[in-house]
Amino acid sequence: MDWEVVIGIETHAQLSTVSKIFSGAATQFGAAPNVQACAVDIALPGVLPVLNRGAVERAIRFGLAVGGPEVISRRSVFARKNYFYPDLPKGYQISQYELPIVTGGIVKIQTEGGEKTVRLTRAHLEEDAGKSLHEDFHGMSGIDLNRAGTPLLEIVTEPDMRGAEEAVAYAKALHALVRWIGICDGNMQEGSFRCDANVSVRRPGAPLGTRREIKNLNSFRFLQQAIEYEVRWQIETLQDGGSIQQATVLFDPDKGETRMMRTKEDAHDYRYFPDPDLLPLVISDATIEQIRSELPELPQAKRERYQREFGLPSAYAVSLTQSIEVASYFEATVAAAGSDNAKPAANWILGELAGALNSTGIDIGASPMSSKQLAGLLLRMRDNTISGKMAKDVFDAMWAGEGDADSIIERRGLRQISDAGELEKIVDGVLAANQKSVEEYRAGKEKAFNALVGQAMKATKGKGNPAQINEILKKKLAG
Amino acid sequence: MPLSLPEVKRVAWLARLEITEAEAAAAQGHLNEIFKLIEQMQSVDTERVTPMAHGQDVAQRLREDRVTETDQHALYQGIAPQVEDGLYLVPKVIE
Repeated sequence: MDWEVVIGIETHAQLSTVSKIFSGAATQFGAAPNVQACAVDIALPGVLPVLNRGAVERAIRFGLAVGGPEVISRRSVFARKNYFYPDLPKGYQISQYELPIVTGGIVKIQTEGGEKTVRLTRAHLEEDAGKSLHEDFHGMSGIDLNRAGTPLLEIVTEPDMRGAEEAVAYAKALHALVRWIGICDGNMQEGSFRCDANVSVRRPGAPLGTRREIKNLNSFRFLQQAIEYEVRWQIETLQDGGSIQQATVLFDPDKGETRMMRTKEDAHDYRYFPDPDLLPLVISDATIEQIRSELPELPQAKRERYQREFGLPSAYAVSLTQSIEVASYFEATVAAAGSDNAKPAANWILGELAGALNSTGIDIGASPMSSKQLAGLLLRMRDNTISGKMAKDVFDAMWAGEGDADSIIERRGLRQISDAGELEKIVDGVLAANQKSVEEYRAGKEKAFNALVGQAMKATKGKGNPAQINEILKKKLAG
Repeated sequence: MPLSLPEVKRVAWLARLEITEAEAAAAQGHLNEIFKLIEQMQSVDTERVTPMAHGQDVAQRLREDRVTETDQHALYQGIAPQVEDGLYLVPKVIE
């Protein structure tokens, strides 16, 4: 019998402000313990939170990117989420509960079966907690509150994903989006983008099964592995006649399995209530419009435009919009090489350049070969100065830092022979010296033609324009 | 909707309040008086009333995203019972 997997994802995206959500302390990663934790962050008595405009603006950007002005609440409310833990000095986390800043919205993902829409339930602003270090303090825990008060946007989906691949596709699309609109640096090693996955299984058409929540997955690979393990475990448990208890679990990457953290019985009772220290957050239409006007063109819009404007196939458009850096590189290349070079530009960026970047582990933003250099190469191909094979050599030379295409072509004498008169002379010579091949070709042996092309290319030391040589040969053999 | 004694004890536990049996019984009495008041209020028709999120009818002011705080951890840690390597030390709690 079949099982259907149902997954919803909650993501904590750390917003890229320079100061904290409710205080003027810095948010920079990697500082010495507690040097970025001010009186508000460590919850000294008498302090009051003051909301950071930068965090609010980033949340609005997100709302605009996933749904437009209508998903942004004109009035939202901060609430206290109460629980006791040493890295939460106030005894509560300031979050949003009943009235979040974003309600609804969608994220489109690319799956094997084509494009799919994942619905968002909500996105709300909240503060991060500090960090507990449990090792090496004579049986005590060390608390670093630098992270306390760092702004987070928690983004919650509907249970719309049907397997680990879709969950990963969503996480990747969301990751690309928050970086695209410049609200989160997306650094997963540093914990700037962390996912919780709610996983359940059911018979197709049956009501939702009981879910278990896998906490704090900070890589796409762990997300995939954790869900795959969890799904297998739930199906086996049910098939063995057992039942699933609602629980929170952690993924152990070393063992590749999930393990129970707490069950529903000892689930937290957060006793949410509106935070009396903070007034309702009111956002005007004018503010939203101002932020909308500063938003970059979104990946989905770019995908559609690339297909429409440059006639690119959908797969190219998807790959070129995987990140804003790739899209920017592509657009800069096309700007310099002309839009009739858009398709070769896409080919080189997604092919040779991506390969070279990949093998050296360099991001396209730091590519040793600029978009202008690539455009130079495309222009020399288009005007037939160099052949495709020569272009590959020029590319390698540019990658190795030998300068721009024109100077490399000049220095290496890579200029292709496209002069019709010169080529005709060469072809005449080849025909005269290869009478046997000519006769074979005229007798119907197609292969003989390739031999003649090869001879002609050899006679030009590989610099003849292959298309032109083909054409001249055909004309002469027919005549 | 009167509170039972176990419910009172659970609320106390959630708030990390240590209470004796006598205190729990007294608290139960007090809390249930408050619940009576709430029940009375709940009988009021609030259909057209916007839920109030704050006592003052004004909106949140925002601050610019600027770092204005300097490192004062040495000062703050002067009142901490135990510190090491810049960290606050607390009894071990692992969740």
